[in-house]
Amino acid sequence: MAAEAHTIDALGQFTLTPVMGQMGASMNFSQSNLLMLIASVLILSLLYFGMRPKAIVPGRLQALAETLYEFVYSMCSDQIGHEGRKFFPFIFTLFTFILLGNLLGLLPFSFTYTSHIMVTFALAAFVIILTTVVALRIHGLHFFTYFFPAGAPKVLAPLIIPVEIISYLSRPVSLSIRLFANMVAGHVMFEVFASFVIMLSAAGALGVVGAVGPLALNVVLVGFELLVAALQAYVFAILTCIYLHDAVHLH
Amino acid sequence: MDVLAAKALGAGIAVIALAGVGIGIGNIFAALVTSVARNPSARDQVFGLGILGFALTEAVALFALLIAFLILFT
Repeated sequence: MAAEAHTIDALGQFTLTPVMGQMGASMNFSQSNLLMLIASVLILSLLYFGMRPKAIVPGRLQALAETLYEFVYSMCSDQIGHEGRKFFPFIFTLFTFILLGNLLGLLPFSFTYTSHIMVTFALAAFVIILTTVVALRIHGLHFFTYFFPAGAPKVLAPLIIPVEIISYLSRPVSLSIRLFANMVAGHVMFEVFASFVIMLSAAGALGVVGAVGPLALNVVLVGFELLVAALQAYVFAILTCIYLHDAVHLH
Repeated sequence: MDVLAAKALGAGIAVIALAGVGIGIGNIFAALVTSVARNPSARDQVFGLGILGFALTEAVALFALLIAFLILFT
């Protein structure tokens, strides 16, 4: 299709279509929702079936579950400090949900739900509202001194305060666009190089030989995207931790 | 000018921003290598920070790339 038209339909892969027949169509249940459900079930079953043996020497699944748990736990307590343990369930949920979403999206015929700005922005807005509520609960109105660092010259207040407020308000935007853009860019790159393969192999015998290049590049890209998937989940979680640290300690 | 040609030119101009990102990522990893070479025992702490800085800088590249994609494909 892409070869005949000589244009690359790179964004077509992100369109939502209802799944599960008539029932799904009436509920607007798209493949994005289905993948979210699958990801949640996978995480819960990993934790449930992984931890069921409760062995002192862990098996494979238990080792995976424990590593994941300890990784997020140490991230939480390192970044936020002692109070971080309170937020551990939230960070763990966020991290595993985004990680599974990114990784499941790399499977053929699946869908990356983190490639939609609505999904990532909902997550980021939740994070930012949570940090603001936490800060207001702990510090009360004292929270607003956050926008004016102690020790800064009073003369600079009209300059510093707007800058700090803008940087605070741009947090959810940058947090959501980072994840969304990473996922979209990765998948568009797959699509572009895959359509190079189709276009070249349609061009005759020499083209088929030349098509090996973009195909090999796509294989390398899958490995790179695996790295990006884990890295972006980590970055989202650690930035949430940093924001929560700011909320708990105010600078 | 032809609209398609203008689109291709615009997408090309939009990714000029990647030059700055390249410099930034190079800086981050240069600093990472230097600090690990000076104090190898700090590797674990510094590595996480380096990766975080890399991801934050890479995000800027992706903003530019996203604009290029928007120009090209919409």
